[in-house]
Amino acid sequence: MTMTLQANNVTFTYRGRHGAPVLQNISLTIQSGERVGLKAPSGRGKTTLCRLLAGYERPQSGQVLLDGKPVCGMRGVCPVQMMWQHPETVVDPLLRLGVTLSESGPVDRRLLEELHIEDGWMERFPAELSGGELQRFCLARALNPATRFLLCDEISAMLDLVTQAQIWSFLIREAERRDLGLLIVSHSDSLLEQVCTRIETLPV
Amino acid sequence: MTTTNRRRSTLFLVLFAVAVLAAITVAGILLNGRAMESDFARKNLMPCLEYPFGTDWMGRDMLARTLAGLSLSIRIGLLTAAVSACIALVMGIISATMGRWADSVVCFCIDLVMGIPHILLVMLISIACGKGFLGVVTGVALSHWTSLARVIRGEVMQLRQAPYILAARKLGIRRWDIVRRHMLVHLMPQFLTGLILLFPHAILHEASVTFLGFGLSSEQPAIGVILSESMRYLTTGKWWLALFPGISLVIVVLLFALLGERIRLLLDPASAQE
Amino acid sequence: MQPILEIEHMSIHFTQYAKGTRRRELPVIKDLSLQIAPGQVVAVVGASGSGKSLLAHGILHILPRNSHMEGRILYDGSELTDKRAAKLRGREIVLVPQGVTYLDPLMKVGDQVRGEDAAPDAAQRARKALTRYGLAPETEELYPFELSGGMARRVLIATAVTHEPRLIIADEPTPGLDAKAAARILGHFRELAEGGAGVLLITHDLELALTIADQVAVFYAGQTIEVASAADFADPANLRHPFTRALWRAMPEHGFQPIEGAQPYPGTLAAGCPFAGQCDRSTPQCREAADLPLRSWQGGMVRCLNPRREE
Repeated sequence: MTMTLQANNVTFTYRGRHGAPVLQNISLTIQSGERVGLKAPSGRGKTTLCRLLAGYERPQSGQVLLDGKPVCGMRGVCPVQMMWQHPETVVDPLLRLGVTLSESGPVDRRLLEELHIEDGWMERFPAELSGGELQRFCLARALNPATRFLLCDEISAMLDLVTQAQIWSFLIREAERRDLGLLIVSHSDSLLEQVCTRIETLPV
Repeated sequence: MTTTNRRRSTLFLVLFAVAVLAAITVAGILLNGRAMESDFARKNLMPCLEYPFGTDWMGRDMLARTLAGLSLSIRIGLLTAAVSACIALVMGIISATMGRWADSVVCFCIDLVMGIPHILLVMLISIACGKGFLGVVTGVALSHWTSLARVIRGEVMQLRQAPYILAARKLGIRRWDIVRRHMLVHLMPQFLTGLILLFPHAILHEASVTFLGFGLSSEQPAIGVILSESMRYLTTGKWWLALFPGISLVIVVLLFALLGERIRLLLDPASAQE
Repeated sequence: MQPILEIEHMSIHFTQYAKGTRRRELPVIKDLSLQIAPGQVVAVVGASGSGKSLLAHGILHILPRNSHMEGRILYDGSELTDKRAAKLRGREIVLVPQGVTYLDPLMKVGDQVRGEDAAPDAAQRARKALTRYGLAPETEELYPFELSGGMARRVLIATAVTHEPRLIIADEPTPGLDAKAAARILGHFRELAEGGAGVLLITHDLELALTIADQVAVFYAGQTIEVASAADFADPANLRHPFTRALWRAMPEHGFQPIEGAQPYPGTLAAGCPFAGQCDRSTPQCREAADLPLRSWQGGMVRCLNPRREE
């Protein structure tokens, strides 16, 4: 079943910063199965757009809709999940990784194997894993069975090239298998060209 | 390169402080009977080998009385600090998670309690509760939670915006589960340090309220009672009646402050590896 | 030419508390050697979290208290001691740190660039440094939170170069910047090198490093496994270590091919080549060899038992 994630003319200003909105009248549509690349100079609100699409923030005007329903305020596991640039901030530093992963319910064995997540990690704390390992771990958590859209905000920007290639080859396979819609933010044009089915540029 | 094991020496200091405080508490309970015992044959003795702290006008052993008083103070301090810290934890979390309305109510309470001088507030509550043990405990517990509540509120506010908590919310984890699983653990260092640093305040305020006559009743061997009675005899040259109990009180308070400071060093991630 | 900086067999260990009061030694950097000549940009490339930043802190002698360093650092031909480093850092040797968080959030940009300099021409020098990086004089009146990522980076560079340094250490200067801004920032470092300074660029981004570096040292599990000239990366056949070749093939424009497995932790290595687990050509000797040396090989350096050219 094809689903649509849509931002309609959204405008967003951070509280306390009067005047210039970060995003003004931006529209973007992602269908399931699409891998949309997002390009814009830094400081133009790519991350903010991801946060809006994932429902972390509410736009001042305009709407973010998933199949016609607002994303913000959905109960249960949100079908739109976001991946962040720094995986070490997205896992509780004081919890064993097994506990963190269990927040996403029971995770498919196949997923763990494909991401090369070892059983031993479940007993460890985040500080004991490298950035690349944590990012793979966060992927396993974000790819909950209910997830239909994944927003990837510079997820491989801090990783070495080998790990970057590992993650993207997995994500492309997984997105095709599950008909996921991906939004990919990256500063690297060559990466976007390799990964995406369509590339959008944020208007300045 | 550090050669001394700092964590070990810090831990040693902490254990030392705990041991001294525990010894005083236990000794005080055991000596309670002796502290009340009067014998006019030995009244008003200067400090000597047999009575290192001297005796008072009723021939009571001042060492036993001091220990019993400190013990009572520590126990009251323990109770009040624990109650106070729990109030602070609950208020702080409510204020930061239950929305703007709850936040304004809690902040108003904090300002209200902080706006009145501590000692006055403790006295008022103590009188309202009929003085005595209950009065002092309620008074001190209800007046000391405010600054810790502020710290916890700020901490929770910051935690709430932490990406890992946002991520957990997106996975449909309920609000209470997030507080329990992600927040309480992070608050523990602040909570424990705050709790221990509350002790000295609680003990001092208990002693001062009792000293002023609005706290524990005068037949109990509390430090406040001892000090206030000794005031009457100071002018007649019986300096030991006030000096030793006073110094002991200061030492106990300092021990608690040291304990809190050291525990903070151990728990604070910024200094834990030093 | 006399190198401005020589690092010989540098190792950095951390002392950490494991459980309770037990302590353990955590090696982070193992046997690192490096040379930088004036006018040269040397890039150290490694995965994030691999301890690259500690290299910078080690050179400046500002490592955290629970760590210690072995090996020798020569600056301008003579040993860089604690005392000498304290005198030189901020003047001849400067660090351009990672991001805005290194700026004082409550201090105006102008004051930060000026720093503790009390000289009468300090204000003028600060302004000159800012203008050099395309920052208008109004920038001096801004607070760090009002700066964009690129501007903050340029402020950090301006702060570093007010004293005309001879050695510049740049720690991850580009993350969070778009390709254009990143190229511009890196261009500034190239300029500084053309002006005669030595630049040590610490980064995880091989692609960007290659655009300005003369030499590239590749970091793997806390060790330098290859030192190659940037020109070697034009053709994978010129690369010496199998991991460097894997990096090359994993670049999006060179096929985007991953290899299996992950880097081991520096602490878990007992003996043998750290890359043996991921290497398609590893032999039993690779797994057993104790202390592989970094040796010269076809115009570069490599830490491998059989660094053959690819057929």
